[in-house]
Amino acid sequence: MSEFSSVSSFDVGDNNKSSAASSELEEFIMVEKQKAQFNAQIHEFSGLCWDKCIDKPGNKLDGRSETCLVNCVNRFIDVSLLITNRFTQMLQKNM
Amino acid sequence: MESLGSLGGSGLTSAQKEELMDKVKQEIALANFQELLTKITEKCFKQCINKPGISLDNSEQKCVAMCMDRYIDSYNVVSKAYSTRIQMERN
Repeated sequence: MSEFSSVSSFDVGDNNKSSAASSELEEFIMVEKQKAQFNAQIHEFSGLCWDKCIDKPGNKLDGRSETCLVNCVNRFIDVSLLITNRFTQMLQKNM
Repeated sequence: MESLGSLGGSGLTSAQKEELMDKVKQEIALANFQELLTKITEKCFKQCINKPGISLDNSEQKCVAMCMDRYIDSYNVVSKAYSTRIQMERN
């Protein structure tokens, strides 16, 4: 936490130099944020598809479960895209 | 101050900035790990402990161990499938 407060206090001092540095930090934060969102999505899928695909965990992950997991991820994304598109259409019609 | 500014900008030396970025990355990795741990505990408790007894018996312990391994396998499969899909959507 102390690091963050010192960053902002330094930023106030010199505009030119701080903009270069803060844009580098901003980019860093943006990339990390995207990575975090990606990871959160994987956790979400893992939980959801575990419930859908794995009845009784065995000695190893069998081929059928693996196929089910891959399908589960892809169909979820399909559903998400389908709903997003339909929603957009609904909004456009009502405009 | 001049030399510090030209090194890292905004008064942070590049070493300080590096340290800050490393720390942020570490915190994120830790949070990710904790999330996985929480998920595994929740799923495998549900999967393996039907009627909680006075202690965790042998078969329950074996079930939890196996469940944990399979969850990590599944996590890796899901992670690969999602990356592949994102790559596909970009093209």
